[in-house]
Amino acid sequence: MSNDNLIIAGKSYASRLLVGTGKYRDFAQTQAAIEASGAEIITIAIRRSNIGQNPNEPNLLDILPPSKYTLLPNTAGCYSADDAVRTLRLARELLDGHSLVKLEVLGDPQSLYPNVVETIAAARTLVADGFQVMVYTSDDPIIARQLEDIGCVAIMPLASLIGSGMGILNPWNLQLIMDRVQVPVIVDAGVGTASDAAVAMELGCAGVLMNTAIAAAQNPVLMATAMKLGVEAGRAAYLAGRMPKKLYSASPSSPTSGMITPAKHI
Amino acid sequence: MISVSINGSLSTFAQPLSIAELLEQMQLSNKRIALERNGEIVPRGQFNQQMLADGDKLEVVVAVGGG
Repeated sequence: MSNDNLIIAGKSYASRLLVGTGKYRDFAQTQAAIEASGAEIITIAIRRSNIGQNPNEPNLLDILPPSKYTLLPNTAGCYSADDAVRTLRLARELLDGHSLVKLEVLGDPQSLYPNVVETIAAARTLVADGFQVMVYTSDDPIIARQLEDIGCVAIMPLASLIGSGMGILNPWNLQLIMDRVQVPVIVDAGVGTASDAAVAMELGCAGVLMNTAIAAAQNPVLMATAMKLGVEAGRAAYLAGRMPKKLYSASPSSPTSGMITPAKHI
Repeated sequence: MISVSINGSLSTFAQPLSIAELLEQMQLSNKRIALERNGEIVPRGQFNQQMLADGDKLEVVVAVGGG
């Protein structure tokens, strides 16, 4: 397992778990959960500053030193390509020219399902503008391929709806995407618990990105540890190569010869 | 007198002022922010030079928790 690093846009990461920073009780809990997760790539959102409120309130960036973490600003809440592009240009300015970003353009506030038409338009603009785009998208293999062709550095299909915790609803589509795409495929959204993360990794996904599954757990820091182990277990199982399934055909683990005389023959 | 929209709220100023002076009034100098003026990014290095004009629309953003 040594040197089984995740490579995104030419940079190497030891952890295949990417985590968000939303929905935590406070920054202390955010920090403890991130630490426990072992994640190196950390998503953040960009929002209006609270004008007129306490100017000395703590800043999220203070607990995320760039020496330790790769920040991944997102476009959560954007429903058009234009707004997503503006948001990431602000993020690049905020983060001193940082170009690795998470693009997501949503379709409606109930499902938070991606609007792939706007996503593709935004991806084109961002790639042309020098951004390294990790893109949240549907689990449509054709769209995934188009996003790769545009130049996105990672394809991040949903496993189920954002924040739903429903797990991997369509492993077959994830497989179809991985069959067609060369850049890392990272499951983004829908993971609910550690076994979901393991399943994604066993399928061969390059990584898993999650937020709510950790932040909304009863004990977020413990769940962050569980997710770390789930991702590691799933990755190891994928690399190990699972045994083939033998439907309706059992195969004993113990020797079939050398049995003692059956009682009915004594 | 100029009127400027800052994060969707209107503010009026009796004297002309630069973006840097505005941020100072808002106690946001040296904070981790980024600023957009009428849809265009204003690089930090231009805060001192750029004077606000009547009708400007500013967005001042920070990093917050998110997935």
